[in-house]
Amino acid sequence: MTDKSLSRTAKIAASSGSLGLWLRAPVPTSPFHARMQQLWLQWRRLRSNASALFGLCVVVVMLLAALLAPILATHDIYEQNLAARLLAPSFQHWLGTDELGRDVYSRLLFGARITLYIALLTTVIVAPIGLIVGTTAGYLGGWVDTVLMRIVDVFLAFPNLILALAFVAALGPGIQNAIIAISLASWPPIARLARAETLTIRKSDYIAAMRLQGASSARIIFGHIVPMCIPSVVVRVTLNMAAIILTAAGLGFLGLGAQPPSPEWGTMLSSGREFVMTSWWIAAIPGTAILLTSLAFNLLGDGLRDILDPRHG
Amino acid sequence: MKPTRPLIEAVGLSISFGPKHARTRVVDDVSFRINEGEAYGLIGESGCGKSTILRALSGLNGDYDGALTLADKELPKTRSKDFFRRVQMVFQDPYGSLHPRKIVEKVLAEPLAIHGIDRASERITETLDAVGLGPSFRYRYPHELSGGQRQRVAIARALITDPEILLLDEPTSALDVSVQAEILNLLRRLRIERNLTYLMVSHDLAVIAHICERAGMMYKGKIIEELTSHQIRQSQAGQDYTREFLQATIEAVARRDEAVA
Repeated sequence: MTDKSLSRTAKIAASSGSLGLWLRAPVPTSPFHARMQQLWLQWRRLRSNASALFGLCVVVVMLLAALLAPILATHDIYEQNLAARLLAPSFQHWLGTDELGRDVYSRLLFGARITLYIALLTTVIVAPIGLIVGTTAGYLGGWVDTVLMRIVDVFLAFPNLILALAFVAALGPGIQNAIIAISLASWPPIARLARAETLTIRKSDYIAAMRLQGASSARIIFGHIVPMCIPSVVVRVTLNMAAIILTAAGLGFLGLGAQPPSPEWGTMLSSGREFVMTSWWIAAIPGTAILLTSLAFNLLGDGLRDILDPRHG
Repeated sequence: MKPTRPLIEAVGLSISFGPKHARTRVVDDVSFRINEGEAYGLIGESGCGKSTILRALSGLNGDYDGALTLADKELPKTRSKDFFRRVQMVFQDPYGSLHPRKIVEKVLAEPLAIHGIDRASERITETLDAVGLGPSFRYRYPHELSGGQRQRVAIARALITDPEILLLDEPTSALDVSVQAEILNLLRRLRIERNLTYLMVSHDLAVIAHICERAGMMYKGKIIEELTSHQIRQSQAGQDYTREFLQATIEAVARRDEAVA
């Protein structure tokens, strides 16, 4: 440790007072205390990783924007004003107006809601399914493994976007169907990952020790193997979010995701396509938002890998 | 010597690995009996099948021929929950035998939850005390502990359900010498205090001589000879191989005994 970081530690100790002392106490006094000390260490490691911190900041800003959209927005996002169409960015309209005279800045804020809604809901569906399928296949092995992994192979055989397209085409366009379609396409890689992790974990002595305690397979899988797989799955899912956002935007762009009046970024991008030569902001602004968000999730995922993966500890 | 009955018995135990056309017999027709309260050792060079016997007995590997009995009852290939309460195992590598994301308390609470044993909190305190770890270790993660401390936690985990039999798979070979002595003395003390029966596997004669009253010398999957700890110390062996093995390590035994005592 350098002098600088030492003095910084001292400063933190002084400023955070008893909480800081509690977090750095040499002997944890309760399970909660021990957990919090671990989190504190991980947070300190994340803080020293500049790009991950940048990713985290962008994601937090996104979340705040989505949460506070009604307060931050300056115009009604559905109100059309043909007299004020295709206006360049100005004090009146910070990011200009689109071809129907709607305020792009306000629509961007509400679009963040839709984008995050799709990304988070997909993740919530995909991560548990992938985790359960992967760990069960990996731990039980034998025919269970064979059957589950062949199912995974079937899903992996289709390109992501094509599978989503086919599904949305069959069920009809809309955000819910887009979410289901994207989920269908993105759980298999997570199952693969969880299975690979499980194969290395199942042979370890601590799993053998649990078997010798008389633990059931379910207890071992959910109590001992899943916690070991969660870090890599979290990393994978965070990196996946970028792909999910892009797929959602792609579906929106093709007219199969969110439908026109809704301010989904891909849909905005697609409607701005005709005016790229004359009014660049209509397409460029949602495009930049998609780019920044995917980048932020990628950077955050990389950073999380560094702090969560025990092999990098 | 007090009157004893055989607690564990192996009759004609054979274990093979590999596909049908190329099976390798790793353990070949091994028989031994361990009396209640006795410490029995299996010695031999690497790959002679001693750990394989332990894994078969513990129930980790059900693919064996011959019979293993516990208190005169033959054990089924798939062990019952009751068996796991009575027989516990301590692994060789303390760095691999503890779950990296569980605090000590959780590691010890789990067996109690599986077997539905009450007074969990007090039992954990008692067991930690018994293995020489104070309450300050209770909420630690394994990566915050040294090798010796981890092995103590592993021993505590094995002891928490009050088993009668402890299977020890080279419990000290991954530790450095001074810590080895501590762990060996701990194991010796625990056996007396809790009236445990030990089956210990080691390639280290000094360790076996220190802990066990009797030991089987293994060579190429067979027990070629049984020795008492006295015979090991005096290097009185019937077989040429045993004599060679003893001779090779005799100096180490003498040296280590001084250190441990």
